[in-house]
This record gives sequence, structure tokens and C-alpha cells, in this order.
Amino acid sequence: MGQIEWAMWANEQALAAGLILVIGGVVGVAGQFKGWQYAAYGIAAGVFIMLLEYPRGKRRKGTTLERPGQSYLAAVVNLFGPLTRNYYVRAVLHACLAVPGGFMLATVLGTVNLGIASIIYLLAAVRKEEWSPIQAQQSKGRQPGKSIHQPPTNPPPRPPAERRRKPEDDVESEDTPTIK
Amino acid sequence: MSNWVLNHGLSALVIVVWLGINIFLFVYYFHFYEYNTVFYYTRQITGSALAWARAPAACLNFNCLLILLPVCRNLLSFLRGSCVCCRCSARKQLDKNITFHKLVAYMIALHTVIHIVAHLFNFERFNDSQQSTGQTLDAVLSRVGHNDSRWLNPIRSDQTTPTYITFTTIAGLTGVIITLALILMITSSTDTIRRSYFEVFWFTHHLFVIFFIGLVIHGIGRIVRQQTEESMEVHDYLFCQNRTSEWGSIPECPIPVFKGGAPMTWKWVLAPMILYVFERLLRLYRSQQSVVITKAVVHPSKVLELQMQMKGFKMEVGQYIFINCPSISQLEWHPFTLTSAPEEDFFSVHIRSAGDWTDGMFETFGGDKFERLKHMQPRISVDGPFGTASEDAFHYEVSVLIGAGIGVTPFASVLKSIWYKYEKSDAGLRTKKIYLFWICRETQAFEWFADLLRSLENNMEQLGKPDFLNYKLFLTGWDSAQAVHIKVHFDKETDVVTGLKQKTHYGRPNWDKEFHSIAQAHPKTTVGVFLCGPQPLAKALEECTNKYSEINPLGVHFHFNKENF
Repeated sequence: MGQIEWAMWANEQALAAGLILVIGGVVGVAGQFKGWQYAAYGIAAGVFIMLLEYPRGKRRKGTTLERPGQSYLAAVVNLFGPLTRNYYVRAVLHACLAVPGGFMLATVLGTVNLGIASIIYLLAAVRKEEWSPIQAQQSKGRQPGKSIHQPPTNPPPRPPAERRRKPEDDVESEDTPTIK
Repeated sequence: MSNWVLNHGLSALVIVVWLGINIFLFVYYFHFYEYNTVFYYTRQITGSALAWARAPAACLNFNCLLILLPVCRNLLSFLRGSCVCCRCSARKQLDKNITFHKLVAYMIALHTVIHIVAHLFNFERFNDSQQSTGQTLDAVLSRVGHNDSRWLNPIRSDQTTPTYITFTTIAGLTGVIITLALILMITSSTDTIRRSYFEVFWFTHHLFVIFFIGLVIHGIGRIVRQQTEESMEVHDYLFCQNRTSEWGSIPECPIPVFKGGAPMTWKWVLAPMILYVFERLLRLYRSQQSVVITKAVVHPSKVLELQMQMKGFKMEVGQYIFINCPSISQLEWHPFTLTSAPEEDFFSVHIRSAGDWTDGMFETFGGDKFERLKHMQPRISVDGPFGTASEDAFHYEVSVLIGAGIGVTPFASVLKSIWYKYEKSDAGLRTKKIYLFWICRETQAFEWFADLLRSLENNMEQLGKPDFLNYKLFLTGWDSAQAVHIKVHFDKETDVVTGLKQKTHYGRPNWDKEFHSIAQAHPKTTVGVFLCGPQPLAKALEECTNKYSEINPLGVHFHFNKENF
């Protein structure tokens, strides 16, 4: 499995864990369960994790598909520089965020999943992966049609080569038959 | 409209029936647990959460039964083969097996959420009742059966927490484990992970073994309790529920007796599990059969063509096989579309180097190690062929084949087969004219297909029928440097990029123009349109097929067939 970027899977797992934490938290608070304060924490932590993990990082190989509307969040996440770029930080962050969820049943599932995401991020960090924002794809060079739509700037008949100005296009000089 | 019914009608029917069964099961079991009298006392503690937990459980049983079936591809092949009398569309339904598998998986995820949320409430309420020291009905009920197994409340101690109970009961512990397995399976099977890191998906998905084992033993603790029939006869809850202090002292209200419901899940999933075990055993057996590699060809851009022979292998156009190479990876099986025609005496696949496993194949069989090939032939195993044959392509007088990117691969098989049938004047071939649209960003990865087209071109010229095949190649990824190059060589007879007689087009096809010209060239025929490509393209083509099909039944009609090759 040498070519796998673990961060991609860790990202999916962490996003799912965040969602599970939110759902568990909402249940715990709405049902006024014992220890509902941990559930309230679960909601806050879950939302934070979902916001952090929603922007998908750029893959090292190939194009990365953005999640819909992620560019705004990606800009915010990018602001934190090494804190969000480095996956060791994320692994530790998720591990710490996971702990309080373990004190209440409703959030336990979120805790375990976040713990797993943290482990996968650790694996990604060990393999020197990094988060970087997906830049908007620049159009491949300039518009391909542009040069064709311009009318030729030096149409025939042209003066002999010695007196000709430097041609715009190499092609034109090739095409025109030189009269010896 | 008729196109939609043709292509999607049966799928829509299957989904409606499946949803209907789900809804029925949910409502039926909800009703059962919410209103059945044997659960009256249970509901005094849990409220409606009991029914909300048991209803999705029934749906989970049903969906876990279903989920194993679409992935038994040998079973599906068998069904497909034995369905010769059925219409092709019924058999094509079996090709959408993975789509159905995913739908069922989403339903399992949904019901899991409902089930877990309801049980969170159940555990909380059971715990609260057990810890309550009052004389409320639920507190009294919790104390019933203190010294024996006739209790109602599965939480037997008042010094515990729901979390502790979860991890120390069979139901709770298996529940957590199988939910974890489910979540890991789902996060590793998203499109991104599956398409780019197939091995992660493949290995993680085998957690389903743990899922099913846990699922079957999930209920053996029998902690969903109901009042026994004998107790119901002697203890009338309507009369006794307000007389809790007299229970056991008055003859009308003996202490109620409870028992647990028997586990039901195994009844649902046992048969599919056995079928699936057979499926894997069958795959194992088939993988033991020897495959002889008659030829390995290295094409440009790291494409490896393997020509193989296997005893008893019979293929049809458009099918695919799974390949396993133990020397690269013992456990991985990867699918590849067959690129040879059934008329040839070998079968072939074209494998593009795009990941760990395919790189390994390229190194092993191609690469620069020609000497190694001679005396060390690594073994490979083949399972298949699978998939519905795309014989429809032979039944139309005019066929329009549209392949985008790698989607052109199955058409290699179709084209070769059409050519063999044409040469032999096969009666089964009604096709008189083929239009092939090949759209890709760059041709490098598909130069082998260009070679095929070139040889077909030559064959047709020799037979004096250069018009049989009309193909257009569209390069969507050109830049100005290429444009310059093309401008210079405009006058050459063969295309500068592909060497083919018919020139390459640049940019995307103008489908309106193409369909219009085809409609004009074949005014009274039914034209079959076959696509192997991305969804947006399918939409555009569907629009065009509808637009250019005449209402007049004698006029030109386009039938759109979208294949998930």
C-alpha cells in the first residue's frame, strides 16, 4: 500500500467522527441525560472538528475533488499555517478532543471514531504528508483559441526576409514559400 | 420518456418495492412493540424508545440480508445465464448490483443511527429507573426478579452507568464493535478513497466478517424483555399497575414474570451468509484453475496487454474479469474489462499502470525484464467473466458508440467482434454502420486503441468497405503548442497525432451537430446509442437522443443505452 495517502482516509474518518459526536451530543442534551455537560461539549467539539475537516487537502498525486463550498473554510483553515498543515498537530488535537466524550454513553462512539482518526493522522504524519489548500485550477495556459482568433498581423505579400520585421509566429515564416 | 423507462424503469420498480418493504417492516414492528400488551410494563420504563429501537432493528435485519446478495457475482452470473428467456433489460438489472449494494448500505447506516439513538434513551431510562428509590411503577418494575432471571430491567445494579453496561453486556459490546466496523467500512468506501486507494477500501471492507458475526450474536443476551404468557393470564396490568404496593399479597396481582425475546437476526442473515461463503469458495476454486499467458505486450504509456487462455472460459462482449496475482498480492482481486472479441481464441485485458498493484503487474509481466518472462512465469488467477453481454450493439442497423477516456475499453471488444461477424457475414449481426466517438484528454494512454482502429481501417479498405466504420477522435486536452504543430501538418493524409486516416478533432463534440447529421444520413432507422463514460455526458446524450428521435414511428429513432461497463 505504498502509494496511499492516509490523510485522505483520516480526513473522511474524522469528518464522520465529528458528525457522530454532534449527533450523540444532541441526543444527550435533548434527553437531559446524566452527564449532559459532556454531551454539550460533544456538540461543540463535533462542530469544530467538522469545520476543520470539511476542506479536503490537496493530494500529492492527481487532482483532488473539492467538497462543495469548501473554498471558504479552506481559506480559514489555511490561515493557521503550521497548526493546520502539520498532521502531528491534528493527531494530537483529535486525541485530546476525543477524551471528554468518553465520559458519557451518547458521545462514546464519537470518541472512539475520533481516536481512530487520530491514529490514521499519526500514520499520515509519520509518512510526511501535509495539508495544503486546493488552489483553483488555473486555465491551462492561455485560452487555446486566442492566438487563432487574431487575424494574421503580417499577411502576405511580404517584403523579402532581410527587410521583414521579426515575425510574430514561427508558423508564418514556415508556411510562406520563400522565393529564391 | 420511453428512453427513461427503457433504461431506468426496472430499477425504479426494484427501488420502490424495496422501500415499500422497509416502510412496511418499520411500521409493523413499531406498532408491535408500541401497542402489544406483553410489552406494557417494559414501556413503562422506556416509553416509545423501545418501539423506536425495535423497528429499525427489523429493517436492519432485512437490509443485512439483502446486502450480501448483490456482491455474490458468481450467483448473479448463474442467474443471468439461466434467464435466457428473460428480456435483456431484466438481465441488465443484475449489472446494477453495486448501486443496489450501496443503497442498502445507506439504509443500514440510517437505521443504525435510529437504533442507537433510541437505545441511548433506553439505557438512560433503565438506569434512572434502577437507581430510583421511589415507589413509581417503573422503579418497582426494576426491582422485580431481583434474585432470579425473571427480571424486566436489564440493568441489575443501581451503582452503574450506561457506559459501563454498554461495554459489559453482550448486546452493548457487540453493538459498539459492529457499529465501529460499519463506520470504518463506510469512510473507506467513499468515492475518493475507493477510486484512488483501492487497497484501503478492499481490505477495510472485509470488516464485514466482524460485522456479521457480531450481528448474529448481538441478541443472545435476550435483554428485550416481555411479560410471559402465564404471567399475563394471572396478572392484569390494567388492574394491577396502580396497586404496586400490593403485588404478591393480593391474588389478582402476583409478581409479574418476564422473559427475554429470542434472537431473530440469525434467521434473516443465515442463508445469505451461507450463499456468500459458497461464493467465496467458488471464487477460490475458480482461481485455482490454471491460466496460460500466451502473450504479454507492452504498449506506450505503461499499458500492459495480457493475452491469456483458460480451459472452459467463454466470454461475450462487454464483460469483465477479476485478476489476482499472488506474487504481487495474495488477497487482492482487481477488475478489468475484456478487450478481446469472443471470436478470438484467447482473451485479453489491457492494464494501465495506475497504482501499486497495476505497477506490480507491469513490472512482473512487462517492463524491461524480457528475459525473466521466459523462464519465470508468475502465476495469475482469473475469475469471471462477469457482467451482461452488450449484445445490443449488434442488433441495431446503425450503432453509435461513445467512449470517454478509459470508457473506450469495452468498445475494443465490441468493435473486434463486429468486425469478425461482418467478415463471416454472421446472421446475428444487423449492424450496417458504426459511428465511434472517442473522447479523451490525450491519446497517450490509449495508443493501443488507436492501433486497433488503424488495423480495422486497413481491413475495411481491403474488403472494399471503408465506410463501415466512421470514427471521430476528440482530444479535449490540447494546448497551443499542439495546435501549432497541427497547423503545420494540416495537409498530410494521415492524422499527425494518431496516424489514422480520419482526422482528430479538438475540443468536445458538438452533439447537436453530430446527431443531426446521423439523423439525416439514416432517416428511417433505429439507431442504438451506447455510452461508456461520465454522468454529465450521459445527460447530454439523453437530451440529444430525445431531441432527435422523431415522433413518427417510421422516422429515425435513437435508443440510448448507458452501460456501466
